[in-house]
Amino acid sequence: MKLTGAQALIKALEMENVEVMFGLPGGCILPAYDPLLDSSIRHILVRHEQGAGHMAEGYAHVTGRPGVAMVTSGPAATNMVTPLCDAFMDSIPMVCITGQVPTTAIGTDAFQECDTVGITRSVTKHNELVMSAQDLPMVIRQAFYLASTGRPGPVLVDVPKDVLTNTMDWYWPTDAEVVDSLPGYRPVTKGHPKMIKEAAKLLLSCERPVLYVGGGILKARAAEALRELAELTQIPVVTTLMARGAFPDSHPLNLGMPGMHGTAAAITAMQKSDLLIALGARFDDRITGKVSTFAPEAKIIHVDIDPAEQGKVRRPDVPIVGDCRLVIEELIKVIKDLLGAGEVQADVGPWRSRVSGWREQFPLAYEPSEPGEALKPQFCLEKLRDLAPKGTILVSGVGQHQMWSSQYWQFEEPYTWVNSGGLGTMGFSIPAAIGAKVGHPEKTVWAIDGDGCFQMTAQELVTASVERIPIKVAILNNSYLGMVRQWQEMFYEERYSEVYLSPEVPDFVKWAEAMGCVGIRVDSPEEVEPAIEKANSINDRSVVVDFRVDAREKVFPMVPAGFSNDDLLLPPSQNETRRFLG
Amino acid sequence: MSELQHHILSVLVENRPGVLARVASLFARRGFNIFSLAVAPAEEDTMSRITIVVDVERTPLEQIVKQLFKLVEVIKISELDPRQAVERELILATVRAGAADRGHVVELIQILEGKIVAVGSDAITVSLEGHPDKLDDFEDLIRPYGILELQRTGRIALPKLDRDVRTSAVKGNIG
Ligand SMILES: Cc1ncc(C[n+]2csc(CCOP(=O)(O)OP(=O)(O)O)c2C)c(N)n1
Repeated sequence: MKLTGAQALIKALEMENVEVMFGLPGGCILPAYDPLLDSSIRHILVRHEQGAGHMAEGYAHVTGRPGVAMVTSGPAATNMVTPLCDAFMDSIPMVCITGQVPTTAIGTDAFQECDTVGITRSVTKHNELVMSAQDLPMVIRQAFYLASTGRPGPVLVDVPKDVLTNTMDWYWPTDAEVVDSLPGYRPVTKGHPKMIKEAAKLLLSCERPVLYVGGGILKARAAEALRELAELTQIPVVTTLMARGAFPDSHPLNLGMPGMHGTAAAITAMQKSDLLIALGARFDDRITGKVSTFAPEAKIIHVDIDPAEQGKVRRPDVPIVGDCRLVIEELIKVIKDLLGAGEVQADVGPWRSRVSGWREQFPLAYEPSEPGEALKPQFCLEKLRDLAPKGTILVSGVGQHQMWSSQYWQFEEPYTWVNSGGLGTMGFSIPAAIGAKVGHPEKTVWAIDGDGCFQMTAQELVTASVERIPIKVAILNNSYLGMVRQWQEMFYEERYSEVYLSPEVPDFVKWAEAMGCVGIRVDSPEEVEPAIEKANSINDRSVVVDFRVDAREKVFPMVPAGFSNDDLLLPPSQNETRRFLG
Repeated sequence: MSELQHHILSVLVENRPGVLARVASLFARRGFNIFSLAVAPAEEDTMSRITIVVDVERTPLEQIVKQLFKLVEVIKISELDPRQAVERELILATVRAGAADRGHVVELIQILEGKIVAVGSDAITVSLEGHPDKLDDFEDLIRPYGILELQRTGRIALPKLDRDVRTSAVKGNIG
């Protein structure tokens, strides 16, 4: 069968079971948009290519399937760099197709030419410039295979215009042919039995263990296995920003989020532990604080599918390269065998009571506003949480509102939390929420955004309106770049430099309405519940709630950057009882 | 920095466009200078072997080796211990050799078993092959006469045959 490259490209995407893609056409990618008209694939036309990338990420976050974005060359490709980097940092499976100038024009500074593979080399798991139409099916199959196996990540395929218009003989490579075509790519998924046994023994011998759970758990779809391991061994669990939802917040073993704005219990438990079982976590600097003082007495079992994570920050005592789910399942078996053979687990009871004590004594805390005082952002989140329909997906931007979202929401199920962790990309939430809603149209999707973040990508609400993808947005509007303001208040002697936005403009309600959404403004605590109820009741269009919140509110606890986790700053109300954190 | 040392990495890669750029950018990103680099097709012409000599400390080197492994087109990496490897390099140099010095220059070339590949009225182009240390010696000895142009190939290396090769880096592959 003879096809044009463009037809082969679209057919290949269909063969990969792509149901939706996000994009925006232009000169070089034009040929691919023609066969798209006859395709089963839904295309969502964005207002800015960055939006297409974050939508693909949001979709991938909640479905586990690669998100697909397609854009043209030059400026469109450069607009895609941020989402690619975001997906790379957070290991999100994504396939991005970019148009390129014709092969004969490459290197001539042709109109809208840029070195896309060069620019995106360090922000993709892999990228490829396709030089012949005949290669397209194989390259697309490779892209999906690479994006979704091993440590997932973004893959970019750059397709010159003449490659799209030339003809080729259609074929569809088998799985084996794809594997054979990538001789250097052999992800290890099964953990080494000897290492797993060693891990089991170490785990049973420690008295102050902590399960340090990262985003890899979700990528490996290992939430159930994790729960079984935790309950079998009664080891407390901390879930990082990327792992929120992997273990139910209501579970008595859950200590919450560790790290810079983690709970006192999670941070302290890691500091005092004698064994950290790191599962798909990468010892990020936001978790460890000052590395040299991080969890000084802890031995480390490190399970990760990426061998390059082993020993990158902290040398593991037992490194296990493999898929988290497979390794945990194996580990559970070995532990049960050992216990069956008469081995006894060290008594973790005293440790559990100690960490539970911290959890009760140092809950997340803020000062509720007195009547007539400004609205507290944490209060808004508590109400949003309490009124949210079951299974609601929460998406956030980057800043204070992100930390409060992670802290105050109650995550009970995996894949209900979408945020930009590694790159910390302001502007992530609106497009990512749209992508999440496309992935799960039956679920409510709330985006929590800052007024700063919102202004970076709000135009995608037009996309949401036109494409009928109703999301809900809560802007925690403090008229500041709040997180930066917090740092300036605490570490730059309240010298506020370029962080004040404006309480007057934009008018978020009018802006929302102009984009086809319902806009609601909330100034006082009494208005919070009715506004949220109204927003929850509207399902035929997107809703934007502009919560006018107290700009002076800070995120606590906090471990200042570069400080030891031992020096965490508690909310002011808990300072007096600090000595109990021992 | 302490303990900077030459490390020789032998990297077997797919012989495809862009691979060298990927490999090189892992070093550049960390601000590490590649001391020398040699690339050419290997035993199978679908593959190339890259020999990289780099001055880094042990810990960042381990990280780089692991990151190199993550490149889809990288098939195998070995770090070669100089004591367990055969190393060779080629130098081409055009040396000033006026009437007065010509005898000395030629003599030096002969002692070091170099070959004269071109002769001009007041210069000689010489080629010399051998262990990189020998090439260093040659450079030092000839420099006083005046080196007009010089090009070295960068070292290539293979494990020694006699004993089990000590390769410190991991085998196999990853995702
Ligand atoms: C694209 C981008 N630019 C700059 C930053 C640095 N930054 C981190 S948080 C923040 C402030 C965010 O302000 P806002 O969206 O209003 O949220 P708030 O912190 O007030 O909740 C800034 C500027 C960033 N993370 N991303």
